[in-house]
Amino acid sequence: MAQQTLVGAITSTLDQALERDPEVILLGEDIGSNGGVFRATEGLMAKHGEDRVVSTPLDESGIMGTAIGLAIAGMKAIPEIQFEGFLGPAYDQLVNHGGRMRTRTRSAVTVPMTVRVPVGGGIHAPELHSDSPEAIYTHSPGIKVVMPCTPYDAKGLLNSAIKDPDPVMFFEPKRVYRTFKEEVPDEYYEIPIGEAKTVVEGDDLTVVTWGAPVFQCLEAIDNLPEDVSVELIDLRSIYPFDIDTIAESVQRTGRCVIVHEAPLTCGLGAEIAARIMEECFLHLEAPVQRVTGFDTIMPYYKLENEYLPEAPRILKGITECLAY
Amino acid sequence: MPHHTVYEAKIEHLQILDENGKLDKKLAKDTLTDDQVVYLYEQMRVCRELDEIAFKLQRSGRMGTYPQNKGQEANAVGSALAMVKGNDWVVPSYRENAALFMHGMPMHYVIQYWMGDERGSKFPEGVNITPLSVPIGTHMLHATGIAWAFKQRKEADRAVITYFGDGATSEGDFHNAMNFASVMQVPTIFYCQNNSWAISLPREQQMNSATVAQKALAYDMPTIQVDGNDIFAVYKATQDARKRAIEGGGPSFIEGVTYRLADHTTADDARRYRDEEELHAWLDKDPLIRTRKYMESVGIWDDKKQEELENRAKTIVKEVVDAAISVSAPESSEFFDDMYADLPEDLKVQRDTMRTSSIGRNPSQIGLNAQAAEIQ
Repeated sequence: MAQQTLVGAITSTLDQALERDPEVILLGEDIGSNGGVFRATEGLMAKHGEDRVVSTPLDESGIMGTAIGLAIAGMKAIPEIQFEGFLGPAYDQLVNHGGRMRTRTRSAVTVPMTVRVPVGGGIHAPELHSDSPEAIYTHSPGIKVVMPCTPYDAKGLLNSAIKDPDPVMFFEPKRVYRTFKEEVPDEYYEIPIGEAKTVVEGDDLTVVTWGAPVFQCLEAIDNLPEDVSVELIDLRSIYPFDIDTIAESVQRTGRCVIVHEAPLTCGLGAEIAARIMEECFLHLEAPVQRVTGFDTIMPYYKLENEYLPEAPRILKGITECLAY
Repeated sequence: MPHHTVYEAKIEHLQILDENGKLDKKLAKDTLTDDQVVYLYEQMRVCRELDEIAFKLQRSGRMGTYPQNKGQEANAVGSALAMVKGNDWVVPSYRENAALFMHGMPMHYVIQYWMGDERGSKFPEGVNITPLSVPIGTHMLHATGIAWAFKQRKEADRAVITYFGDGATSEGDFHNAMNFASVMQVPTIFYCQNNSWAISLPREQQMNSATVAQKALAYDMPTIQVDGNDIFAVYKATQDARKRAIEGGGPSFIEGVTYRLADHTTADDARRYRDEEELHAWLDKDPLIRTRKYMESVGIWDDKKQEELENRAKTIVKEVVDAAISVSAPESSEFFDDMYADLPEDLKVQRDTMRTSSIGRNPSQIGLNAQAAEIQ
């Protein structure tokens, strides 16, 4: 058992995966001697060799496409895309090939790979380094999508992703890479993909979120009057997502606020709201509220906190939903 | 030396069997045996028959859009023979049917596939082929990745061949695949079927390069241009490339100069953009005609054998079409079942109810009125 940050838990989980399975191969830009721009692969090349922790040419489509080829040949490919903003060139390979290969060959050819991608805003990064594109990949059949926000969950979900026989997008909220440490067991464990976690229990309103905003939601909840009891659900898995946990909670509370960094329109919040309407229609006391990024370009960092769903805006959303 | 040459290169062209069926015996040494020539000719002829029947199936409304292979068969058979079936991998585009058959793809699969049934891409165990790639140029990266796995696992006797057209070389992924293969020094053979046309765009508008083969120079990859309608040259170049690959020499590039004698697909009409005279000039360079001329000239082929082959090709193709047509109709559950190894619950519900509307899908849902319930 060791105290680890989120990024530290990812590094040690990758280390154990490389140790455990000779078929695991890491590939990405600057992941070798540099240990990755976020140091998520720090020390792994020195320990496991430059043929297993491979600094590739600067080519996201090439990384994704060759990872698919490695996976087709049966290896466990773990490509890293340096920032979510660089997924664009890799999109075609991931969505049109990675996600489709199994079904179009009726499982004769499969793509067991885990795509690691730092995601989201809040670290004053350059342009195209702060987006939240998870809904795009949720809308792309054949791919699973997860986004843990704690070191413990990161290890468990990364293990599940690596073991999974299908492509998994493993989004790492960079804002919480190093914000806190928690106990992470040394031994191998998995957290099943598709299971949400109830972070705070409550009876008056349900907040559903994932990634870094979990912590902004906690801050907002802390600022509520003491007699208000809010339940906070960390979705953890974006696809498939845990509608059962959400529905059970909202049927109890009758009110729901969904929080995400991604833009409002066609964000995952829209899908969750639709599912809540289906599953909880006669239980609802108020329209489902969404506190999200705006339908704008993610602004450069001087204005990023105006764009992001920070605690005051979440608090406002919760308060208004409760007052309805 | 402030100003000097730092790199020089040249592109060689190889032709062993010319369009009149005349063989350069010196160059042909250690290439194809007589038996292999006959075998490849038979493969080409059967593939041509399949092509023509597929065209008719489309025209009679029994098959969807189909891309004919006509005129390019020598590229497929010559290269496929140089690769090792069941050991190497073939990563195709969609104009290499004969190569796929030679590497174990049941022939009726290709008909089944173009009849709109993905089960035509469910190759049997041990058939090392990725599915036909309809988008252009994206599959070459997979060939690089598979070859990378061979290198990583130290499976030194294995190589990968990937096919693509001249149009594909304009795509970014072509260059990505070439660069990765070159940097990683993996055993991939890039085979460009330069058939002069990418639907309606002629090669000279596709690129301002004298050859396609020279594109490999940027990646320091051994590269050659061959007469793609010459089974000897295609075989020789692929054999050399494979030898280099399994000896650790990394990737190679082959440009097969060939010609699309048919339309791009059955949905296309090349008369809208292509000069008939150009087509007619290439009809004389047909790989089947020149191979037959050669075989007759050395006494290993005659009219009787030709007639027997044509009859056999008809029988084979009839059986193939019958097999494709008699396959049981696919069920809707099939497009769900292989979405993931473990199907998420929501997808199971969609599959089992064939509904995406929630009320009808779950009659126990609160609020369903009696009249609607009866319709369930």
